[in-house]
Amino acid sequence: MTAMTEHLPTSRRAQALVLAGAAVGWVALYQLNEHLWDWVLYNGFGLDPTDRVTETVHFFVYDTFKIVLLLVLIMFLVTVGRSYMSVERTRAFLGGKREGMGNVMAAGLGVITPFCSCSAVPVFIGFVAAGVPIGVTLSFLIASPMINEIAIGMLFTLFGWQITAVYIGAGLIIAIVAGWILGRLGVERWVEPFVFETKLGGQVIDSAAGLTFDQRLQMGVEEVGTILRKIWPYLLVGIGLGAVIHGWVPTEFFTTYAGPGSSFGVLVAVGIGIPLYSNAAGIMPLVQVLYEKGLPMGTLLAFMMAVVALSLPEMILLRRVLKPQLLATYVAVVGTGIVLVGYLFNALLAR
Amino acid sequence: MIIKVLGPGCTNCKNLERVTREAIAALGMDATIEKVEDYAAIAGYGVMSTPALVIDEELVLSGRVPRSAEIQDLLKARAS
Repeated sequence: MTAMTEHLPTSRRAQALVLAGAAVGWVALYQLNEHLWDWVLYNGFGLDPTDRVTETVHFFVYDTFKIVLLLVLIMFLVTVGRSYMSVERTRAFLGGKREGMGNVMAAGLGVITPFCSCSAVPVFIGFVAAGVPIGVTLSFLIASPMINEIAIGMLFTLFGWQITAVYIGAGLIIAIVAGWILGRLGVERWVEPFVFETKLGGQVIDSAAGLTFDQRLQMGVEEVGTILRKIWPYLLVGIGLGAVIHGWVPTEFFTTYAGPGSSFGVLVAVGIGIPLYSNAAGIMPLVQVLYEKGLPMGTLLAFMMAVVALSLPEMILLRRVLKPQLLATYVAVVGTGIVLVGYLFNALLAR
Repeated sequence: MIIKVLGPGCTNCKNLERVTREAIAALGMDATIEKVEDYAAIAGYGVMSTPALVIDEELVLSGRVPRSAEIQDLLKARAS
C-alpha cells in the first residue's frame, strides 16, 4: 500500500506525456478506422465492396469503432471538466432563488452539473428539503438528462454546431418552461409527504472539492469504463439497426410516412421515443442514418429528446417522491414541449 | 467500527462497497459494513451524490468511488 501511494503523485511532466500520448493515439485510431476496415474486409476476407451485405457489415464495424472512440473522448473530457461542479454547489447556487430566474438557473446548471439518474431521488429530496422550490428542482431534473453531454458531443461531430446549438437551446427552453408551469400548478400536494419531513442531518460534503488533478483524471478513466460497460448493448443495437436501415430500407419509405410533409411525424416519433429506453449513444447512429434517409431534423431531435429525457426506469425512480398525478403531469408537460419543439424546428430547419 | 455504504444500488454503489471491503481486508480491521438503500435515510445524512460512505455515523465521502488506498487512509484516521 505504501508503495502504491508513493507512486500516485505523478509528476506534471509524466502526466502531460501520458495525456499527449493518449491524444495522439486517439487521433491515429480515428483517422485509420475506415482504412482499417476497408483493408480487413476487402483485402483480408476478399469481400466484394459493392455487395450489399458486405456494405452493411462495413458500416456496422466502422460506425461501432467511430462511436466508441467518440464516446471515450467525450466522456473523459466531460467527466474531468464536470468534476469541478457538484449537485451540492448547484443547490447552494439555487438556494433562495425565486421561480422564474430560479428555473433559468436550474436548467443551465442541469447541463453542467455531474448527475446520474440513480441520484435523482436524493437530489430531489435534498433540493426540496433545503427550500429550493419544486418547479425549480424539476427544471434541474428535466434539463439534466435531456441536454445530454454525449448527445451534444456527437451532434457536434456529426451535424455541426448549428444543430447542436438548436438542440441545447430547445432543451433549455423546455426545461425552464416545463419546470415553471409545474411550479405554477402548485404541485406540492402531489409530492410524497416524507420529502418535506426529511431532516437534512450531518455535514454536507461537496463531492467536487479537494480533489487533485490526478484524481479527476482517474475519475474520467473510470467513468469511461463504467459507461461503456453499461451502454454497449444499446450501442450495438442502435448501430445494428442503423446499418440495416442504411443498406436495406429505401429512402421513399421514410419520406412517405414521416417526411417533411407528414403532419404526424413528430407525434409518432415522440410516442415511440417516450417508452423506448436507450442511451444517447445508442440513439445517435440511428439519428444519423434516418437523417440520411430524409427524415427532418426537428422530428429526429424530438425523437432523441423523448428517448433520453423521459424513460420508464427514471419514472419508476421518481415515483418514490412524486405521486402518480405529478408524474403523469410531468410526462405530459415535457412530452408536449418536445412535440412543439419538433414541429417548430421542422418549420425552421426545412431542407 | 460500523461502516455504511449509502446508495440505491447503482453500479458505483456496488463498486464503493467492493473497494471498502478490500480496504478493510488490506488493513485487517474488524468492521461491519451495512448498506443503506432507503432514500429518506440517505438524504438524512445530507447526501445528494451517491454513493457515499459513513464511518461511525460520520459522513466521510460522497459522489465518487475512490481507490482503496484513500479509503484505508480514512479508516486509519478514525480507527484510533
